[in-house]
Amino acid sequence: MADSAAAGTTGDPFALLVERGKIMEFAAATQSRNPAYWQDEHPVAPPTFLTTQMFWQEWAGAGANPWHAVRLNQRLGMHAEQEYVFHGPPPRAGTTLTATSRIEDVYRKEGRRGGTLTFAVMVTEFRDETGRLVAEARLTGVEPGRTVREDA
Amino acid sequence: MTPPAPAPFVFGPLTRTDIVRYQGASGDMNPLHHDETFARAAGYDAPLAIGMLSAGLLATYATDWLGAANVRRFRVRFMAQAWPGDTLTCTGEMVREHGMPDEPLADLELACTRQTGEITVRAWATFAREVQD
Repeated sequence: MADSAAAGTTGDPFALLVERGKIMEFAAATQSRNPAYWQDEHPVAPPTFLTTQMFWQEWAGAGANPWHAVRLNQRLGMHAEQEYVFHGPPPRAGTTLTATSRIEDVYRKEGRRGGTLTFAVMVTEFRDETGRLVAEARLTGVEPGRTVREDA
Repeated sequence: MTPPAPAPFVFGPLTRTDIVRYQGASGDMNPLHHDETFARAAGYDAPLAIGMLSAGLLATYATDWLGAANVRRFRVRFMAQAWPGDTLTCTGEMVREHGMPDEPLADLELACTRQTGEITVRAWATFAREVQD
């Protein structure tokens, strides 16, 4: 069962190096042949590229990832929504971002088919070398409710 | 003026290799999407596709349309599972232009649809209408 007390938990800052080869790998994996990713010496990151924060957050150690505090059920938990906001063009290859994740909210909602759904939202802020906020990621996870008998 | 939506982007049939390539690129190594034994133990018949790959296909469609440097917001909602063997079709439409005249923006609604007609991922995006390099 997800832990409502996790709301407000903030992780340690971690670095994310925006790298040209990684952008090309990601563009290939998302079936893009856009010259903006392939021919530019300093390509911009694709819209969902910052999902690669998972690598950097893991390498930085458990303290960087407050999602662990939510304790969403590993078997039942699912990705519900994902959002990226860019304050200007997406970061370009060669940029070193400093990112911080925090649990914005944990809330419950009645499901349409009965049972209570638990949602958890993690926001990650990405700042460039000058400290400017360049992007935000908002991850929403959901855990379907279980009956009392299944919980026992 | 915002250029009209390009022709639908059709991708498939989706293979496990496509899924593994995306997982390796993204860093999400959840075994549910490539490990048969793990997927069966979790109650599925087989490994399922990964929603963020469909989200990435929608992003590819949108950035081919309005430019990679112009994206300002990209939000996806996961609606239904997709599976290896599926053919996925990405479509979109421009629903609103705003921010005139200083910072023109276009809002898009996008969908990634399975061959059954079921929508697997919906997306909402905002693009700047002038390149700001």
